Amino acid sequence: MTLAATVGILATGPIPITTAAADTHGFLSPTGVEIAFLLVGLVTFGAAIVTVTTRQLVHAALWLVVTLGGLAVEYLLLTAEFIAWVQVLIYVGSVVVLLLFGLMLTRAPIGRSPDADSGNRWAALTVAVASAAALVWVVVDAFRTTWIDLDGPAAGSTEATGASLFQNWVLPFEALSVLLLAALVGAIVLSRKAKAGAATTAESTSAARSEKDPRTEKGSRSEKEGTR
Amino acid sequence: MNDVLDVTLRLLIVFVVFLTFPLIIGQTEHKVMAHMQGRLGPMYAGGFHGWAQLIADGVKFAQKEDVVPAGADRRIFQLAPAVALLPYLLVLLAIPIGPDEGAVGQVIDAGVFFVLAVMGVGVLGSLMAGWASANKFSLLGGLRTAAQLLAYELPMLLTAASVAMAAGTVSIPGILDAFEWWWLPWQIVGAIVFFVAGLAELQRPPFDMPVADSEIIFGAYTEYTGLRFALFLLAEYAGIVVLCGLTTVLFLGGWHGPWGADGLGWVWTLLKTAVLAFLVIWLRVTYPRLREDQLQKLSWTLLVPLSLAQIALTGIVKVVIQ
Repeated sequence: MTLAATVGILATGPIPITTAAADTHGFLSPTGVEIAFLLVGLVTFGAAIVTVTTRQLVHAALWLVVTLGGLAVEYLLLTAEFIAWVQVLIYVGSVVVLLLFGLMLTRAPIGRSPDADSGNRWAALTVAVASAAALVWVVVDAFRTTWIDLDGPAAGSTEATGASLFQNWVLPFEALSVLLLAALVGAIVLSRKAKAGAATTAESTSAARSEKDPRTEKGSRSEKEGTR
Repeated sequence: MNDVLDVTLRLLIVFVVFLTFPLIIGQTEHKVMAHMQGRLGPMYAGGFHGWAQLIADGVKFAQKEDVVPAGADRRIFQLAPAVALLPYLLVLLAIPIGPDEGAVGQVIDAGVFFVLAVMGVGVLGSLMAGWASANKFSLLGGLRTAAQLLAYELPMLLTAASVAMAAGTVSIPGILDAFEWWWLPWQIVGAIVFFVAGLAELQRPPFDMPVADSEIIFGAYTEYTGLRFALFLLAEYAGIVVLCGLTTVLFLGGWHGPWGADGLGWVWTLLKTAVLAFLVIWLRVTYPRLREDQLQKLSWTLLVPLSLAQIALTGIVKVVIQ
């Protein structure tokens, strides 16, 4: 029994395993997993909305955890176990921790931040709705008649994912690796330059660093004054 | 209904293990530390060598008032202990103690990823506690926790990936099925790196600067009292169980042993886990706390290169023997 099936059982009771229902794929008689998928989707959606609307910065980061975790559960329900755990590992475990680290290091007041609002909210909403519509349309159009057989072997197991990634998608995979490597090297170069050339190129590096992260501006300015 | 009963039973067993093993390790720590320092440790609670000391502690914690500081973010402050504790319960589900189908809470296809991912989530609890306490020392503790996690998750992942490469699978029972005795010298560097990085992730001495009592009181947990504080402590000891269990099944061959292959595999798993837990306690008594920058240096200049070298070695040997 896969974990997805277990989650399904825990969430909704035993799955009705009937071949007739699997053949017709009607929307009017949803299976337990489909209902769970929908409910988790609603929770994820709600958490995502709270993430961008809350005025409390750290709460936004924590709601992001709920959103990303909800997405991981959706992957699980679609039998894509590997992707689900990678999602938790990378996004919940690392990206959000990094985000919280940044927030705590700069400013994370308890309670509302009055300036945690943007004049661009309508533009942001327009962009969000447009991109969501485009994505939904593409996905629906591409996978309209594809159904995942939940009772068969898992379609998203580690083995299946690995085989497909390294047989059919090797080139994009390698291109992405090179891109990430370039980003990594770039980050190291930027941080080393700021340290070694503080005396001579303090002006340019503090500008470069303040572009990336506003909070370091103050630090590098005092550093510059110290060298003078 | 049989499936549901099976699932319920497994969850129940894992839950009981989750509640008892950390207490056993905690009590062992009391006694082992005491004897290593030439003391006796708890001797009165329960009569025989103070065996009930932690139960008495638990009763004491439960009686204390649950104080939430006035300036704190109430909901997050109260939620944090649960976020810190529950991931370890989930990880225990995936650790097999014997070779049979029935000896693991749940066989997970991408088990190695699952355990590392969920263990990383536990750190969020410390971060939430550190931020929500509205206390400078707590915030400093939270910051140190985050910095430590970011430094140590990478070597842990890389060394786990090395074992997965050796076995050709990321399922934990699969790795154990593929295990041979000569993996022990082959993966020894990875095992040490994994164990050290795990200690750092659990904030155990000598990597306990997030809770360094002489510098920042008790880090993220400074403002906690009563039951919630006890839950954080329980999370730490549950973390020891999980880390030792994981090192056992990933690097030390779990249920494989020189003898007692049939039916006694679980004894080997428990024995190896117990020896590792003893090692954790021993390290606490032996080594002084590292400084924050020394910790980062250890991770980035020693553990990460070592784990990369281990991956290279694993790859070379794997290609040669095929």
